[in-house]
This record gives sequence, structure tokens and C-alpha cells, in this order.
Amino acid sequence: MISLPSLALSAVTLNSMKRAVTWSFIIGLTVSSLDILAGVPLAWLIVRKRGHWATILDSLADIPFIVPTVALGFSILEFWSSPDGIAQLFGSNNVVPPGVVLIMLLHFAFSYPVIVRVMVGEFLNYRETYEIAARTLGASSFTAVRTVTLPILRPGLLAAFLLALARSLSETGATIVVAGTFENGTVFISNARNSGLTSAVVIASLILILASLAVFSAIKLIAPRIRIAPLKVWPNFERKLSNSPTVAVRNIVSLTIFLAFVLLPCLFIALPAIMAVANGTATEAFAGAGPWKAFWSSMLLSYTIAGLVTVVNIVSGLPLAILVARNRFGSKITKLVDALVDLPIVVPSLALGVSLSFFWRNMGSLPEFWVIVLAHTTITYSYFVRTMTASIQEVQPELEDAAKTLGALPLRTFRKITMPLTKYALLSGAILVFTRSVDETGATSAVSKTLKTAPILLVSWIRGTISVTPSERALGVGFLLVTSFLALVVLRVVAIRKPSRGVG
Amino acid sequence: MPALDITGVSKTYGEIHALEDVSLRVEDREYVCIIGPSGCGKSTLIRCISGIEQPSQGEIYVDGKSVKRTLIEDRQIGYVFQDIALFPHLTVRDNLAYGLVVRRTPTKETRTVTNEMLGLINLRDRSRSYPNELSGGAQQKVAVGRAIATGAHLFLLDEPLGALDAIVRAELRYELRKLASDLGLTVIHVTHDQEEALSIADRVVIMKSGRIIEVGSPAEIYHNPKTLFTANFVGEANLLEGRVANVENGLCTVDLGGHLLNLPIHRFKVGERVVIMIRPESVELTPQAEKGWIGTVKQVTFLGSLNRYVIDVGRINIISEVSTKEHSTGFGVGESVSLLLKEDSVTMFQYPEEGLEKEVALE
Amino acid sequence: MPPLRFVNVTKRFGKVLALERLSLDVSDGEYLCVLGPTGSGKTTLLKLMAGLLVPDEGSIYFDDDLVNDVNAQDRNAVYVPQRYALFPHLTVLQNVAFGPLARGKSASFSMEIASKTLDLVRLSSRAQALPNELSGGMQQRVALARGLASGARLLLLDEPLSAIDARLRLDLRHKIRDIVKQSGLTAIHVTHDQDEAMSVGDEVLILKNGRIRDSGHPRRVYRRPSGIFVTNLFGGASFFEGIVDNTVGETALVSARGLVIQAPSRMLTLTSPVVLAVRKERVRLSTNPPPDMDNVFEGEVRSIRFLGNSREYVIRLSNGDSIVSRNFAEGEPEFKVGDMILVSFREADVMAFEYPPQGLSKELEIA
Repeated sequence: MISLPSLALSAVTLNSMKRAVTWSFIIGLTVSSLDILAGVPLAWLIVRKRGHWATILDSLADIPFIVPTVALGFSILEFWSSPDGIAQLFGSNNVVPPGVVLIMLLHFAFSYPVIVRVMVGEFLNYRETYEIAARTLGASSFTAVRTVTLPILRPGLLAAFLLALARSLSETGATIVVAGTFENGTVFISNARNSGLTSAVVIASLILILASLAVFSAIKLIAPRIRIAPLKVWPNFERKLSNSPTVAVRNIVSLTIFLAFVLLPCLFIALPAIMAVANGTATEAFAGAGPWKAFWSSMLLSYTIAGLVTVVNIVSGLPLAILVARNRFGSKITKLVDALVDLPIVVPSLALGVSLSFFWRNMGSLPEFWVIVLAHTTITYSYFVRTMTASIQEVQPELEDAAKTLGALPLRTFRKITMPLTKYALLSGAILVFTRSVDETGATSAVSKTLKTAPILLVSWIRGTISVTPSERALGVGFLLVTSFLALVVLRVVAIRKPSRGVG
Repeated sequence: MPALDITGVSKTYGEIHALEDVSLRVEDREYVCIIGPSGCGKSTLIRCISGIEQPSQGEIYVDGKSVKRTLIEDRQIGYVFQDIALFPHLTVRDNLAYGLVVRRTPTKETRTVTNEMLGLINLRDRSRSYPNELSGGAQQKVAVGRAIATGAHLFLLDEPLGALDAIVRAELRYELRKLASDLGLTVIHVTHDQEEALSIADRVVIMKSGRIIEVGSPAEIYHNPKTLFTANFVGEANLLEGRVANVENGLCTVDLGGHLLNLPIHRFKVGERVVIMIRPESVELTPQAEKGWIGTVKQVTFLGSLNRYVIDVGRINIISEVSTKEHSTGFGVGESVSLLLKEDSVTMFQYPEEGLEKEVALE
Repeated sequence: MPPLRFVNVTKRFGKVLALERLSLDVSDGEYLCVLGPTGSGKTTLLKLMAGLLVPDEGSIYFDDDLVNDVNAQDRNAVYVPQRYALFPHLTVLQNVAFGPLARGKSASFSMEIASKTLDLVRLSSRAQALPNELSGGMQQRVALARGLASGARLLLLDEPLSAIDARLRLDLRHKIRDIVKQSGLTAIHVTHDQDEAMSVGDEVLILKNGRIRDSGHPRRVYRRPSGIFVTNLFGGASFFEGIVDNTVGETALVSARGLVIQAPSRMLTLTSPVVLAVRKERVRLSTNPPPDMDNVFEGEVRSIRFLGNSREYVIRLSNGDSIVSRNFAEGEPEFKVGDMILVSFREADVMAFEYPPQGLSKELEIA
């Protein structure tokens, strides 16, 4: 017998819900657009500027991606909203109080690296010849980029936009931290859950899922069809935009925006964390005193889950990636599988968690731990399969063809040819999955009742539901940060050691 | 005033010397082909001329003006790329019109010129197609038309036919040449295909390892090459090592390992080590006679309009090409033949210091 | 390797018909060249032979055994892709040893075979190099060695020379053939370059749009091509459209837009539209009327093309048609652009074909 919650809603709740969900989309669309405007110039700078600075910038741009969102939320809260943040410069108590603007600043910061990552990849794969051809025909740099490069990269821009949007709609933990009394979709669901309004939780989740699917499908279908209007060029003006001083100004502005709105706010938490080490909180922490006992067991839980999730992902995702990459299902089914793999990215994780918990509750016996593992696996699956699929596709099919006709059975071909050439993607995919799992708050909060993963615990520390000192708070977040940084370093090292591709 | 004047251009990438002290002058309306093996610097040179790369040293003058500080977009030089580089998101018409649109040319004029181009390249009925719907040859024609539409007079073609089938290449190169003639364009055409260069160039420039080795008309470099490398590169060549045995009355007797050749060449001294170059088509074959050089046919290759024979004359092989024009059935493998080297067609070189194989190496 | 046979093999990709009811026979030790423009189905043909693709219809036999369902691994036919597909993370020696190892031979045996094969292609000195450190020509030889070392009896070469510079191709094409012949293998060499096909093939197979247009010894296909497309692709010629006016004994008089051309009358019927073709080297140029030439016409020299060992003169005839004459280039050209000269060719050198249903230009289309 499946038990359904009663779906009664009060009028007030209904209104709040409608408002909250609408705001989710407003925030998402606004922030993603701003991210594109700010992120593309930086990606451009990284790719075109070669040399040491570019690599450093590239790594820096990754930071918000690696930092757990809870830490991010807290950092941003401290940076913009507390007296210890940049408010000190203005002599006031806060610059941006918790609320919708702060949420936007948060989402802007953590979606930014998504744009940069995707666009750096796009620019690297882009054949610069197109742009050079445009210039030999008389187009200034700016005109060439505007009329040739960007239109050609439209699919990439679209993908980046949608990913940023997905992240914004989905994020829970950090948003709760900075929301104050404001409610967007995920905050609403979280609050409703804490208040025991199960029906509101279910309905809101459903609406969020459906609305996300609708918006994404609409954008995916319509955007590519928009005809690139007949070209209009303003040569003199665009020429001015191409010259060195203008470019320098543009670069400075991009860097400033990056520093002021993304990097500094993200790293701000390091300061109180370091101070917490200095004032002795660290020794307490390592001794496991007080709240730290629960903290360490949460960390252990988080990492165990992350490890399991990574293994499950590799074991089940690798075969799927191979099948999709080599089109083994035939083109129609491959397209469907492709879309399905993308689904968890589109669907807000919290909503996903709600539906999952609902599903599992009615199936009864599975222990909470495994439900969390499952939830994490579902959410991280896409990252892994996508990364591996792309990497396998890069391995020329001819290599496998040649190996086959030389007598190699599929397993041998995979072991000796495909694997060595994609092992770096495997490693980076695994790291992405691992960090995403450690980071996960949305679905976890929906699914877990008794177990607390590290980020969930930290949300309660930050919100005050579990009372700790500011030092303890900062240090807790700091510990989570450190481990993620280690992951970033490993990722960087892995990326540098990639062998040269291709036959020669 | 020459259309293009390059003086002392060098280009280094770290340790790699892509170009070394390259100087070249191209006159107005000239069609110059630059040929050379992969890595010889020919593409780097035209990239420097167009502004895509900057030379490390040297000067480039277009129509008498230095282009050192001129951006690519201001040099007014047409460029056709090896990988064609048509804008995939624009139709054929929009591709052709691009150069005009970025100059804010009035719509009416743009339309007129674009239609003219479509007619010139014979693709009037494909104006609404996208590049990926066209064949390789058609795409390349659009790329050429796109560059011509900007009104440029100087053109740089980087292996423009490289991506095409052999037969299409052979047809398109003449179309390209005719277009250049009709429109009075000055063209620098880079290619690795020596037959392509010989068939359409006014002058051919041969490059090797970043340097210009030789410049001349197609007939000059083919029949009277100044270096062994050129001799071997622009066509198949028999390179025979020998020593000068005697010099008398303006005739030079060369000992080719037993066989003697008398050549009307003065420059060499008795005892000098030399290399003789003679083209396969200048080696005449007759059924075995008493005089002349006797050899055995080792290999016969049918090449349609001619037969290619590899003749074993003892220590070496000589290649001969004989037209199939006359209805003779030719010679068979194992047959004995007499070779006659037409003395007027022989070129003689000093034996190279580093050895023959190294001197003519193609890679 | 004992014979390879295709019987009515068809292969589709979605709606596109890549190969249509194709039948062929390859004998043991043969060096077959498959010549055709891009898109004619050459790569598909090789992949079907290799077992990388499965035919939609028809049968493939190795040795009289039906192999339609036999895996690529088990066919003993090595596919060498256009850009060689050398394994970028393995050394030259490891690449060459891959085949024997994959077939279960011991490591020492595999390495020994690999060394020997590298010797054969003269690359022993680069055994420890990585593929991307080698030039194009060297990579080509490694790919060849890898195929040879695998013990396969059939070598499938997909445009082996298209990534090589033109001048180097002239040297390499013979070397490849020599090595294959020395090793006693059967080879299928696919190319779009007719000079290449002509010079290295024991037999040539001409493909267009998935169908075989002609096959046989290069000399035969050149002298008696089966159709207009083959004539154009394999050797090139000057073409004339006309109608058979009259036949006198063994000679037919063809009226070609004002000119009357004498052609052999066999296979020509009165009043039927025809296309005549004459090879470039069979066209003679002179200022005075030549003796013993059946066809003599006046024309103007429109352009002269220097090809190194020969020259091509493009002559415009009085009826507006063009004819090309190819002569060995000795010294200065005999004629200049603008000269009025006499063009002549023998009746026996005229090839006659039925007028093609879709028109002459469509039939001549290569791309």
C-alpha cells in the first residue's frame, strides 16, 4: 500500500510557494546571463594569453567550483553581510544583508566557474582559422569575434548557460545560509520540510522539477533555431573596441569583477579559519572536544559516502560512457540516453532528493546510508558519464579499428588503447564526482533524517540551530575547504600530465 | 614598384629557425608559386606577409609601404586557407559578402559584387546553401571568391588545393590561374605539389629549411636547376655520380663508372667529383645496338601517356620515360636496351660535401 | 592469402547507399588499386573487407568461406587507416609488436618479429621513438610494418599516401608496393590519385557512387575504358559531342557541331548521339598537313601548360570545342599562344561512347 500525504495546502502556503518558485527562475536566469557576460571575457583571456599567468588564472577560476557550496555560502555571508567583511571599508555593519541580492551574489559566484570551464574548453577546441579568415577579410578583432567566433560557439554558450542555470536552481545548502528570511524555491522546500509541511514539500518539488524541465527543453529547442540575423557592422566603433587600450580596459574590468565578486568572497572564509587555528580552536578540534566529535563523524560519513559513490560511478558509468561515445545504441537511442544522463543536472537536487526519499520510503527497508549513497550517485552520474564520454570520443575511432583488425579482442583494445588514453579523464571525472558528493546538500537534506553529512552539519552550525562559537564555525568550514583544495591540486597536476593526443 | 618586397625576413620560435634571411620581390600581376618540403617555412612566410605572424627580423613592403605596424585587417591582402575556413553558420552568399559587410559597404553595392562573384565561380544556384552542403572543390571556390570580393589585389594562397582529390586539383588549378589573369591579381601560391607549381606559375620559388634555395621560371628550374636539391625536387631526376676524366676543346669528358659522356660544359676541372642530372624523358632507349650504353630492363611501369622504365646498367639504375604516342609496344622486363643520354639535356653539379643522399633529402 | 570475393554486396548508411550490389574477385598475392573520387565508397569497401562493417545484403568470402559474421579480429585482414592510427602512447617497436601480442604470441616472439619488420622498412634506428616524433613518411612505414608484423595475409591500405607531400609520394609508392610484394601479401590500396593507381596496381578497380565502373589491368583500362567517366578519371581526354552521320565500311563519320570526325564504326549506329574521346598524347600538332592522319583540323593555341616532362597545348577548334595535346617538352615550346596550327589524330585513336542519359557534364563530374 502506497501512502500518499494529504495534499491540502493553505492559501498562504500556496502563495508563498508560487512566489518562491518564480523567484528561483528569476534569480537563475538573471545570474546566468550575468555570468555569461562576465565569464566569457575571462575565458577568452585565459585561452588567448598563453604563458604562466594564464595557467594561474585558469586554476584560480576553478576555485569556486571546488569549494564546497556550504563553505561558499558562509564565506559570502561573512564577506558581504557581516561587520568583519568588506563592511569594514565602509564603516557600516553590512554591505548586502541576507536576502535576494545576497543570493544572487552567491549564485553569481558559484556559477561563474562553470561558464569559464565550459568556454575555455570551447575556445581551445575552436579553430582559430575562422577568426583569422575574418580578419584577412577586413574585420577588426572585435568584429571577427562577434560575427564569427561567438555564433560558431553558440552551442557551447548555450550549454554553459544551461549548466549555470541548473546550478542556480538546484543549490540548497549555501542558499539557505544567505537567504535570511527570503525564500526561493529550494529555501521554501527546505523550510517547509523543517516545519513538517509534507504536502507543500512534495508539490513544490514537483513544480520545480516540471518547471525546470520545461524551461530547459524550451531553451534547448528554441535557441539553436534563432536565425543569426544578417550581419550589421559598425566598423569604426568596433575597431576602437579592438585596439590595445580598450582591450586592456576590458581585461582589467574582467579581472576586477572576477576578483571582487567571485574570488575574494569565496576565499574570504580562509581568514577567520586561519585565525581560529591561531587562537587554539584547532587543538580542541583535533582533540574531538565538544561539537567536534559530531563534526569528525560527519566528515567521516561524508568521505565514506563520497568514496562509495565514486566507485559506483566508475563501475556503472564507464560502460555506459563507452556505449554512448561509440554510438553503440544506434543514433536514436543514444540521443535518448544522452538526454537521460543530463536529467539529474537539470532537476534541482533537492527536488530530486524529495522524490527519491518518497520513493524509497515506500519501498521500506533500505537503510538511510544507502539511500544517501544512491541519491549522490544519481546526482553525480552525469558529471562522470559526460567527462568520460567526451574523452572517449576524443580517442580516434581509427585507433580502435586498427587495433581490432590487428587481432585485438574488445577487452584488450580497451585495456591497451582506450584506457591509457583516457585515464586522465577518468581521474578528473572521479575527482569531480568525489568533490560533488562531499559538497552535496540539497538531496541529502531531503533524504536524511538522522545521519548528518559534513555540509549539512555545517549548515546547522552556521544557521545557529546547533550553537557553536564563531571560531568553531570558521574552522569547521575551513577544514572542509582544505580537503577540497587538495582535490583541486590533484586535479591540476593530473591535467598538466596529460600526454599529447593524436597520431602526430 | 613591386607589389611585394620582402627583405631579410627571419622568424624564430625559441630554438626553431622557421625562416632565415628570406628576401623576395614580386612584381605586379605576377603569379608566384612557393614550393618546398614540409617544414621548409613556406607557410610561415606567407603568414608573415599577411600579418598573422610577425617576423623576428626583416621588412615587408606591400606596394612600397612597410606593413610592419599594420594589422591583418588593414593590409588588404586576400588569403585562402588550406582548410578552407568558410564560416559554417553563414550561407554561400553571406560568406562571399562578409568582406564587404565588415566595411559597411552599401547594401546595393554588396549585392552587385556578390552576384558578380557567384557568376565568376559558377555557383549562382547555390547561393543559399551552407558550406557543409558543398563539395570540397566548390567550397574552395567560395573561399577564393570571398577573398576576391574584398577588392584586394595581392593574394596569398596557402596550399589552396591541398584538401581536394587529385583530379579536382588538376582541374581547379587552371581555373584559379585564369581567374588571377583575368582579374589582374598578384598571387603568391604555396604548395607542396611541384607539378602544380610548374603548370601555372610565372616564377617558382624553392624553399628548404627556412631559406630560399632558388627562384626561376618553371622551365628554368626544371631544365636548368642551379642546385641538386631543386633538380631532384621539381621532378624525377637521374642523379649519376662521376669524375671529370678530361677537358678539351670546350668538351668535358665525364667518367660515370665505366661509361663516358662528353658534355659541352666548361666549368669543371679534371679529377673533380661531379653529379650528372638527366631527366627520365631525356634518356632515349633503342633495342640493343653496338654503341651506346647497354642495360637490362628491370621494371616497367605504365603511366598512360608514357612508360617508365628502370634500366639496370651495372652498378646503378637509370630511369627512362618514353611516350606511348607511337604504337610501339615498348620494352619488356629482362630485355636488353641501349641508352642514349641527350647531352644537351644534361646538367652537371659539383659533388656535394655532405653526400648526395643528404643533399637531396626530402624530409 | 587465398582469394577474396564479394558477391552483390550492398551497404547503406541511413538513406545513403554507400555500395550497391558490388561484386569483385581478388587473387592471391595481387596488388589491387581501388580508384575513385571522395564519396565513391572506397573506405566503406575496405571496412567491409576488414570486418569493421557488416554488409546489408550480399556475401563476402575469404577462401571460399563465408565471412559476413566473422569478427574483424578473426579475419586476418589488417586495416591501415588514412592517417595511420599509430598508437600515440606506445613506441614504434611497441606499435609494431601489437599485432602478434594481440594474437597471443609470446612477448619475446612478438618483439623479435617487430624488430625484423622494422628492419624491412628501414626504421630500426627509431624503434624507441614515439609516433609524434616521426615525419609523415616514417609514420607511414611504421603503419605498414605494424600491418606486416601482425601476420595478416591481406593488407587494406586506405589512401596511404594522401598525407604525404607530392614529391615524396613518387618515391614512396613504389617502396610500399615492393615491400608488400616481398612479403608475399595481398594488398588492396585505395586512392583518389590516378597516377598512383596506374603505377602501382596489378589491377585497378574504378569506383563511382558505390558502383564499379571498370576493372582490369591498368593498360587495358587505359586503352579501352568502359565509359566516359572512366576515360576522364583514368588518364583524361578531350571530349566531343556529336551525331553519327554516315558509315563507310569500318569508318563512321561523326558530325560534331560543325566538324566531321572519323571514328571506328564498330558499336556505332547511324543517327545515334555519341561522345568521342581522344587521349592527349595521341593528338599531334603541326604547321603543315601531316601525312597519314585521318583527322586534321585547324585551331588556335589558347594556352600552354608546362608540366616538367611534358607540355600540354589547349587548342580551340573552329567549332568552339577544345582539344588538348600533350608532348614531351624538349627545349622551347614549338608554338605560341595565338598561333593558328593544325591538329591531327588517327581514327584508331578515337574512342566512342553512347551519349550518357544525364548529359555529358554530369557524367564527367568527379566531385
